[in-house]
Parts: sequence; structure tokens; C-alpha cells
Amino acid sequence: MLYFFEQCLNGIQLGMLLFLLAAGLTLIFGIMDLVNLAHGSLYMLGAYFAATFAGLTDSFLLGIGLGLAATFVAGIVLEIVAIRPLYGRDHLDHVLATFGLLLFFNELVRLIWGPAGLTISLPSQMLTAVQLLPGVYYPLYRVVIILTTLAVALLLYVLVMRTRIGMLIRAGASNREMAGALGVNIRLLYTLVFGLGAALAGFAGMIQAPLSFVQIGMGENILILAFVVIIIGGIGSIRGAFVAAIIVGLIDTMGRAFLPDLVRIFLSYSAGSSAGPALSSMLIYTLMAVILVFRPEGLFPATAK
Amino acid sequence: MMPALTLRNAVVAVAIVVMALLPLYSAMSGNTFMMTLFTRIMILSIAAVSLNLIMGFGGMVSFGHAAYLGIGGYVVGILAREGIGSGFVQWPLALILSGLFALGVGALSLRTRGVYFIMITLAFAQMIYYVANGLDRYGGDDGLTIQRRSDFGGLMDLSNRTFFYYLCFVLLMATVYFVWRMVNSRFGQVIQGCRSNERRMRAIGFPTFRYKLTCFVIAGVLCGLAGVLLANHTNFISPSLMHWTRSGDLIVMAVLGGMGSVFGPVIGTIVLLMLEEYLPHVIGLVSYVTTGKEIAAAKEYWQLILGPMLLLIVLYARGGIDGLISSVRRG
Repeated sequence: MLYFFEQCLNGIQLGMLLFLLAAGLTLIFGIMDLVNLAHGSLYMLGAYFAATFAGLTDSFLLGIGLGLAATFVAGIVLEIVAIRPLYGRDHLDHVLATFGLLLFFNELVRLIWGPAGLTISLPSQMLTAVQLLPGVYYPLYRVVIILTTLAVALLLYVLVMRTRIGMLIRAGASNREMAGALGVNIRLLYTLVFGLGAALAGFAGMIQAPLSFVQIGMGENILILAFVVIIIGGIGSIRGAFVAAIIVGLIDTMGRAFLPDLVRIFLSYSAGSSAGPALSSMLIYTLMAVILVFRPEGLFPATAK
Repeated sequence: MMPALTLRNAVVAVAIVVMALLPLYSAMSGNTFMMTLFTRIMILSIAAVSLNLIMGFGGMVSFGHAAYLGIGGYVVGILAREGIGSGFVQWPLALILSGLFALGVGALSLRTRGVYFIMITLAFAQMIYYVANGLDRYGGDDGLTIQRRSDFGGLMDLSNRTFFYYLCFVLLMATVYFVWRMVNSRFGQVIQGCRSNERRMRAIGFPTFRYKLTCFVIAGVLCGLAGVLLANHTNFISPSLMHWTRSGDLIVMAVLGGMGSVFGPVIGTIVLLMLEEYLPHVIGLVSYVTTGKEIAAAKEYWQLILGPMLLLIVLYARGGIDGLISSVRRG
């Protein structure tokens, strides 16, 4: 039972991470109608920036802060240089061009930081576990991740739904020309939204980094999961992305935790360890296929166009 | 009718003649590297041509085409591992399974369009990718070495390098011819009609879903064939064959060569794989000339150039290489 509870929390934590990626992706897709395969590269860049700055300043928090700023700037530069000419073009063009960017960033990172990869170490006070329920201990850092991302999600909601800039973003999403005719600087708005998406992706990369490893191509597989999240949630919907991210995170983690034992009941021990992760991954894609068949617009379709 | 002598036709003719005569050059110079490279080029060309059938002519952007490479390859590998080495069993089974997979994926994903179609094909390919990762008995994520190439009794000997080269050559030519005939047939016209306006095609009475699904399955089977050949060529299969970036590579080949023509993807594959092979040397040379010393590391970063090149092609050369050479007037 404790194990189950712990895995639930792990699933939510993965879901939160996916949400950070998917929120940027779904904003960029919903507002600019742009398929961005290079989003995973920003996740990777965020982790590299944070690792570098944390190493330079000897402070985890400073590393995160400077890393966020750097990823935001990188996103803005990327938008101005490479993404801007892609608006309004075919989706195939987006796929191809951003695939090219992905290759470019992988090589660039290899050139700057070398092929070996980096690590970020947590400050020592983060390494403890907290008692959530009597007898239930959970690593403090993972609790911090969950709470921070919840706060980010809330901030994002307030930003989009309750502020003037959020109103402009929604206006740009529903009718670009009309918003432009009313005097909204659409180009600047798009650049800012892309920068925001980049910062969210980078943030996901840097908070995940202490739990795993900072390496080239780290964003590639999680990017596909983020795409699954926005398809399930409904493209363009932040609320949908939030719900779908938690569903996908829970399925993936639960599958990995419990399917191996289930397989072992029927097959051998080793078959369980190898087939479990494969099965849980398959479960996610099957869920996505089922949802696409019955609700092609996703669970929470953004406002009908 | 004699085809007109345009630059485009000349390039196609030169490419075919070079491919046909390459083993001769290898036999004379003893340089077998080019032959191995071109065997690979021709196999991947089959895959790119099959992708272009649905993507360029049918407007169905499949981002999971590498899955069929994997299915074809894994059928050969798994059967070989289980002691069934006969090509008469392996090849038909691989093609049938590729077709069935395409039927399932197509039946579900063709209900969606646009970016949803791109994503759902990608998701199905990822699913197969994880299945292959979980096949512990067949190497899991380490992959599987194939001890013997497909056995066709006394009929064909695939271990003969030159024979295998020409087998791939003939199959590539057959694929190109088949796709070319199909694109220009009534069936192909319907498919192309669906690309430009599906609603209108339905309105004039075509069951577009069935047409598109058939086309999708044909492309899957053709790519499965490429997978069978690839497994026989490298004697090795692994899940990385189906990683989503491989599907991206196939799209790059098709678009780089030009989606507007049947032969374009072949040119695209040749150019991409040659770049992959020789761009590092060119970079090394340039760095040597400009800095005066050999920078070994510079050679590794060829994708630093390829990435922005893709972006430029998308922005300024939509027709790919085929578009560039057909815009040059006869001279």
C-alpha cells in the first residue's frame, strides 16, 4: 500500500514534468499553429544552462534562475532567427525545419559542452525525505518539484486567463488578423509566447536534471510523450494538457511499477523486467489511439474555431 | 515516346547508370566501400520512395514510416533466430505483416487529418519501437545479430555481395516503376485528388477513405521490403532502426530530393547519405585550409551544417533538388 502511494506520487511528479513541456508546446501550437520538434532541444538546453550556471556560481537556486533567463533568451533568439519565417506554412514544413533545428542543437551542445554530459548536484538540505503521512517518507526534492510545478501551473492559468497579456494571447489565438487590426503587436506577442514556452521547457529540463543526467538527446523521447499529452488533452488547451499530463504520468509510472509483477505471474521473472516498461509505454499509446478514435479533438478541446 | 532531354531527366539517367555500373568500378578498383554504401542508399531509397507515395502524392504526412523498416527487419531476424532461414517464408511474411500493420494504423489514423495524423502515426511507430525494446529473447534494446541471410535454396545467393547489390538495384527500379505507373493510373489520380481537395473528391462520389487506406497499405508493404533488405544487408537489427528520428530521416530524404516526382526521393537519399559520408571530410579540409592545421574534432559536427540546411531548403527550395533542377531551362 505504501509502495502504491509512493508510486502515485512519482506518477504525479512525472506528470507535472510533462505538463511543463506540454504547456509550452500546446501554447505554441494553439496560438501560432506551429509544430515544434525543437521543443525537446530547449528542454535539453535548459538543463545544460542550469548545470553550467550552478557549477559557476556554486548555488543550485542561482543556477536555476540564470538558466531560466538564458533559456528564455535562447527561445526568443530562436524564434526571431528561425521560427518566424515558418508561421502560416504547411505542417510538413514545420516538422522538417524543426527536425533540422533538433539536429543542429544536438551538435551545438556536443560542440560546446562535449559529448560526456553533465550532472547537477542538489543542495544538501534537499537530500532529506519528508514524512507525508505517519510512516510515509518521500524525498523532499520530489515534493518540491510537485509543489513548484503546481505553482507554475497556477501562475500560467492566471497569466493567460486573468491578465491583459493573457487576453492578448487569447485574442491572437482566436483571430490573428483581427487582433492585429486592433493594434496588437502580433509579432512581438508570438516572440514572447515562444520565449515563455522555451522557458517552461527549460525549467522542466533543469528540475528533472538532478534526478537523472544531463545529456545530449535527453529531450527526444520525453518530447514525444509531451506530444501524446497535448493530443490527449486537446491541442491548444492548457487545462487539457494539465489533466492529460497527470494521466500519462500516472499510467507510465504505475505501468513500470506494477506491470512487471503482473507479467511475472504468467511468464518468467526476466520476461517481467523487460516487458514491463514496454507494456506501460504501449499502454500510453493505446490510450492515445483510443481517444483519437472516439474524441479526435482530445479530452478538452480548445474553443471551437 | 522518347522522354525530352531535360536536366532533370539527365540527372535521373546519370544516377541510374552510375548505380548500374558501380559494381564494375568496385571490381576493377577493389574498392568495395562504395558498393556497400550504395547498397544502403538503394535500400533506403525504396523506403523513401514508398514514403513519398503517401506523403508527396497522397498528402498523408506519416511520421512513423521507419516502423515498417523495423517490422520487415525483425521478421527476418526473429525467424532466422528461430531456425527458419528460408527466404520463401521470411519475405512474404514480412511483407504481409507490414501490410497488416499499415492496415491497422491507417484505419485508425486516416480518420484524423493534419497535425493529428502526423502525431498518431508517430505514436504507433513509438509503440512498435517499445515492443521491440521489450523483446528480451531477441536482444531487447541491444538488438539482434542475424547469423545467416535469407536462404533462397539454389535460386539466389544473398551472401554474394555483387548479387545482393543487383538484387537491391532491380528491386529499387521495380519499386520506382511500380509507383510511377500507380501515380499515373486512375487510382493515383484519385489519391492526388484527395491531396488537393478531399471534400470535393468525396462530393463527386469517390470513397476517399478506402482509396487512401489502400495507398497507405501499399506504401507500408514497400517499406517493409526495404526493411527485409536492410536486415539482410547489415546482418543486424535493433530497435534504433525504428526510433522516431529515423522516420524523420526518411522524411528528410523525400523532401530533400523533391516530393513532386517519383524519382526525387532516390536523389534525396543519395545526396543525404553522401553528405553524411563526405561532409565530415569536407569540413575537415576546410578547417585545415583556414586554420592551417588538421582539426579532427571539426569532422564530427557535420549535422551542425545539415540542420540549418534543412531549414533553408524548407524556406527557399520547397521542391527540393528535383524542383531546382527542373526549374533550370533546357539549354
